[in-house]
Amino acid sequence: MTQPRTLLDKLWSAHEILKREDGTSLLWVDRHLVHEGSHHAFGKLAARGADVAAPDLTFAVVDHYAPTRQRERIADPQVSRMIDTLRNNAKQHRLQLFDLMDPGQGIVHVVGPEQGLTLPGLLINCGDSHTSTHGAFGALAFGIGATEVAHVLATQTIWQKKPKSMRITVDGSLGPGVSAKDIALNWIARLGTGGAQGCAIEYAGSAVRDLSMEGRMTLCNLSIEGGARLGMVAPDEVTFAYLKDRPYAPKGADWDAGLEDWANLPSDDGAEFDLEVTLHGDDIAPTVTWGTSPEQALPVTETIPDPATLDPGKADAARAALDYMDLPSGRALEGIAVDQVFLGSCTNGRIEDLRAAAAVLAGRRAKVPGMVSPGSAQVKAQAEQEGLDRIFTEAGLDWVASGCSMCVGMNGDLVAPGKRCASSTNRNFRGRQGPGARTHLMSPAMVAAAAVTGTITDVRPLLHGRAA
Amino acid sequence: MAGWRTHAGRAITLPHDNIDTDQLIPARFMSAPRSEGYGKFLLHDLRHDADGAEVPDFPLNRHDDATILVAGRNFGSGSSREAAVYALVDAGITTVIAPSFGDIFASNAVNNGLLPARLSERQVKQLMMHLGDQSGAARIDIDAKELRIGDHSFAFELDDGWQTKLINGWDDIDLTLAHRDQIHSFRDQRLKTSRWAWPTAQDQEPPGTRAQ
Ligand code: SF4
Repeated sequence: MTQPRTLLDKLWSAHEILKREDGTSLLWVDRHLVHEGSHHAFGKLAARGADVAAPDLTFAVVDHYAPTRQRERIADPQVSRMIDTLRNNAKQHRLQLFDLMDPGQGIVHVVGPEQGLTLPGLLINCGDSHTSTHGAFGALAFGIGATEVAHVLATQTIWQKKPKSMRITVDGSLGPGVSAKDIALNWIARLGTGGAQGCAIEYAGSAVRDLSMEGRMTLCNLSIEGGARLGMVAPDEVTFAYLKDRPYAPKGADWDAGLEDWANLPSDDGAEFDLEVTLHGDDIAPTVTWGTSPEQALPVTETIPDPATLDPGKADAARAALDYMDLPSGRALEGIAVDQVFLGSCTNGRIEDLRAAAAVLAGRRAKVPGMVSPGSAQVKAQAEQEGLDRIFTEAGLDWVASGCSMCVGMNGDLVAPGKRCASSTNRNFRGRQGPGARTHLMSPAMVAAAAVTGTITDVRPLLHGRAA
Repeated sequence: MAGWRTHAGRAITLPHDNIDTDQLIPARFMSAPRSEGYGKFLLHDLRHDADGAEVPDFPLNRHDDATILVAGRNFGSGSSREAAVYALVDAGITTVIAPSFGDIFASNAVNNGLLPARLSERQVKQLMMHLGDQSGAARIDIDAKELRIGDHSFAFELDDGWQTKLINGWDDIDLTLAHRDQIHSFRDQRLKTSRWAWPTAQDQEPPGTRAQ
């Protein structure tokens, strides 16, 4: 009998070209996604006079610097230069480019799955840490730095040590108003931002199986915030139904062959993981961050901790975070006034996220200003078809074009110094949304609730009598 | 990238956990070409106040001769931006000592000749106590995986593959291309057994012309 193998084992061996004596493997890369930020890597390639080894497996997306308004005339010359540089590199190396006006444009981690470029069984790299998102399909997907991007461009391979395996099982089911974002913030708060360092996480259990592809992507996306290299969910019928007939997905006999191979990917019964963690879906409440690290998160019903009562190793960080966030310890999270809201990003900018927010906002007015940036042009079109855009604009929020936008502020969409933002993004680091900006991470439904009340609010009472 | 084995320099402490890549280099500086030098961006928003003036007691402002940083756990967590490493390297930093590092940061560091040396939480505390807010003469030996500072010596942890790479200053691309034949036969085999892994061609337009 052969040893039971994990999803990670199967994906790893399917891509391993060779293994060095020091234990590092050379892996074949099936998809390589690049964006404006990849300019350093293209520069390295140019310095060697090298070509892209597999242009047919390399796809370029304009997202990090994509203006969310007035795309026809880009006001900021720096933004325009970054986008032009990507255009030139894509043209020179004959790469498919999802340019600003392309109906397929969007955030790289939204576009890949939506176009069917992301499939189970693939190895996917991108010079962006949230590449872990694609693992939701049962793919080996991880972010890399510029030197490695140049390496993948030049060789279509990557050197990598096999990570440890970790399984996070979420039993039971999630209550109304509780989403994949809450599962993620929950386990990161519990294990810490280094809790999964050096690990590949496989998410399992009934509450994970019950998630849509959108929810699974949110969960895998945030793996990196707990220190993991990548996150994965084994492919199943939900995965296949999502992918069928997507533009770049296999067709006909290739699709059938894919289905057959993908069915063998899930971890075998009895496969062993280096680390196992179990959560109970029913215990998870809508969760919000109060500090400047994703691990500084609590159920919205809680109060901000007193740093003196925390693990001494975390007390100083908590004090510094509360100082930066201008919040007192002991204060209830509910009722903290926010200045604005942001809905979007590769974490929570998909159609289901917009639907969840719209379910809260329908027929209500936002008390604070805010912006909704769909994760892709397709998500935008779909939302408009469903009339979600009107719900947002009638609530008083701005409905803008897709891109990374206020998740990272590279395109100029910033939170002003000292302002507090309820945000559906992934990082509440100091200054992430702009110098001096104060970010509270939460689910899209919770962002909508914060918009309606102008404060951090438990979304659950606002959902009474509504389809969530 | 040139390799190195030993370094004698000055160590200072940055006594914080979770110094993430957004702190190491705020996103707004990342469109600059590398040739401009990234050293001035290092920890920019911690080193400067809201008006752009230097914060006088920030460790890096007090000691502009520092080449070795001693920091708290999870150094370099966050984004994959290699610019965080460029900022450190261009500011003259050769080594960061911490109990743990962000995974992508650490491999980016090694790719740029920056040593991410791991010591235990306790040893890092001890070092921080020893240095206080002063800078101290220190010596790094990559072969021996050893850090000497004053009378103390510490054995740091470093992956063997990374040790070799730092010493040789290898460019991975050249190493990899030596395996070209193996890569090609792997690809051919994969194409034969897993055709589904190649993207379906979209249209007859040549690549790169889509809606530009
Ligand atoms: S939306 Fe934010 S996290 Fe996602 S790719 Fe863009 S900048 Fe990175």
